[in-house]
Amino acid sequence: MGIPPRLALLAIAIFLPGLALAETVARPAEQQATNWPAILMFASFALATLGITRWAARRTRSAADFYAAGGGITGFQNGLAIAGDYMSAASFLGISAQIFSDGYDGLIYSTGFLVGWPIILLLLAERLRNLGKYTFADVASFRFAQTPVRLFAAFSTLSVVLFYLIAQMVGAGQLIKLLFGLPYGYAVGIVGVMMTLYVLFGGMIATTWVQIIKAVLLLGCATIMAFAVLATFGFSPDALFARAVEVKTQLALSSGTPPPEAAQRGASIMGPGNFIRDPISAISFGMALMFGTAGLPHILMRFFTVPDAQAARKSVLWATGWIGYFYLLTFIIGFGAIVLVGSNPDFLDSSGALRGGGNMAAIHLADAIGGNLFLGFVCAVAFATILAVVAGLTLSGASAVSHDLYASVIRKGQVTSEEEIRVSRRTVVVLAVVAILLGILFEKQNVAFMVSLAFALAASGNFPVLLLSVLWKGCTTKGVVWGGSIGVLLALVLTILSPAIWVSVIGNEVPIFPYSSPTIFSMPLAFFVIWIVSVTDRSPRAAVDRGGYEGQRVRSETGIGAEGASSH
Amino acid sequence: MSDDDDGAALRHSERLARIAADPRYQALVARRSRLTWLLTAVMVAVFFGYILLIAFDKAFLARPVGGGSTTIGIPIGLGVILVGILITGVYVRIANRRFDPVVRDIRDGSEP
Repeated sequence: MGIPPRLALLAIAIFLPGLALAETVARPAEQQATNWPAILMFASFALATLGITRWAARRTRSAADFYAAGGGITGFQNGLAIAGDYMSAASFLGISAQIFSDGYDGLIYSTGFLVGWPIILLLLAERLRNLGKYTFADVASFRFAQTPVRLFAAFSTLSVVLFYLIAQMVGAGQLIKLLFGLPYGYAVGIVGVMMTLYVLFGGMIATTWVQIIKAVLLLGCATIMAFAVLATFGFSPDALFARAVEVKTQLALSSGTPPPEAAQRGASIMGPGNFIRDPISAISFGMALMFGTAGLPHILMRFFTVPDAQAARKSVLWATGWIGYFYLLTFIIGFGAIVLVGSNPDFLDSSGALRGGGNMAAIHLADAIGGNLFLGFVCAVAFATILAVVAGLTLSGASAVSHDLYASVIRKGQVTSEEEIRVSRRTVVVLAVVAILLGILFEKQNVAFMVSLAFALAASGNFPVLLLSVLWKGCTTKGVVWGGSIGVLLALVLTILSPAIWVSVIGNEVPIFPYSSPTIFSMPLAFFVIWIVSVTDRSPRAAVDRGGYEGQRVRSETGIGAEGASSH
Repeated sequence: MSDDDDGAALRHSERLARIAADPRYQALVARRSRLTWLLTAVMVAVFFGYILLIAFDKAFLARPVGGGSTTIGIPIGLGVILVGILITGVYVRIANRRFDPVVRDIRDGSEP
């Protein structure tokens, strides 16, 4: 018996008040009866994507193909693939579940997840494309000493990827156990094996197309659900909200709450609740989401799959549009679930809680709307979603090892394309085994903090390093290595001392660090250390670093010299 | 490295230096940087303004509008998402129309 996927999956639940944690013990996730329509539909998705992998494998010849799909993805395609990378099962099931239980608060998550995209576009997207080849470290180390900067980048990429991966694997195991009625270990194993096949043989080409297909499926099924919900209310959102308030009030009344208080509790879903308590945690959380998105290595890597800066730009516009549309849909789906699921005893257990745990809100809604067949479809899409996200993460982790550590640090760039791909493929297998083992090891742990930790690490390490290396002439090798490393370490230490780990996981009474996210301290510290170390850096290397800025800037602004970076 | 490679590298860095001194390039960089920082500031202000509003005045966001159940928090929250999409749209439009032709000119004009 594990923890309910509500927590395992809704990694962002670190921001939830402690109440949600108490629920963990009360309602363990039980395995459901084997769901054949879902399994059949997932099997057809698996077959189709393996077919694509076969096709992609024939086109994967060089390192550029393997890491960056040969730079041959269009802006529109890349926009969908980015959206696919970003719309994880955690956002679909987690945010609709959050709205199902607390209403408005779910919308706050959605805004936080969206606002990182304009930042990526305005500050980084085109520069990444113009300066880099396969990994963000190509950009961060462009004018710096290769070895130290690549070492830092590989260390921070692997930390971000590992925490993200554990959260996804545990979430996948819990979810698939619930949706498909398969044992946890099988579920984790299937995810691990499928993801390995995609990345190992099809590289970035297969990973991109799996993301695109999954994004289209997920957007399609969310559109159908939101449309069906709105149709029930004559396309009046206000009628939907009014009915949701009624349902919540009824629920409060039937649990013995006195009428005035019940009416208040019903109405409370239309405004912010407990999610944001103190301003420090609120801003810190906002910073992690907004700037962390711009430091996620598997997202940054997607900008190397397009041919030029213009396509990189277009891909962010498409991605932002799709992601925004998707959050609008989840908002409607969440409220629809309150009305159609929350008032239907078929979906509730004897205590009035959702069958299978809080994360099942959208899944039950699919059943309520379209019956067993549509339920199977939504389950299959949720599985596909996890698979695609895990594949993207693994490719990014593998490229940090093969491109940054092996090719740049160990072989000093004297390496053939074939050798680099060979190391990358071996790393994919190692990462898959590690991910499966960690998934099994962490089955019974509360991994809810891990995705938000990944965002905090990315905002405190990769983002400051990347930003100052492309925008500030005075920045030096020493500065980025010290600043980035200290930012990452502080974010890690403060998270361990925060309520999410110190109290919920370790079991201490009082957290040493009282806020829910470390970013408000760790990110400014990273910027400060980069600045102070750089301005006091009198080494000969520092002179080379500063001298390289002008050439780098011309290339980052105009793309001159970037032609052919990905085609050889 | 062969002599040819050395020569090519030298020509390339001369080309970069020539562009860096080109007034059209300097004007482009200045304009683009003004626009990106302005839009970044708008996005940061809108998002953190929203977060601070939630932190300090929850009651305001829970106020009903239009006589129904919809509260003012809903258009504001969705508005933050919309502003994010609009900002990306505005930048992409300006970059496609105004910046790309200048970049093309600079690149073509600096061909060795």
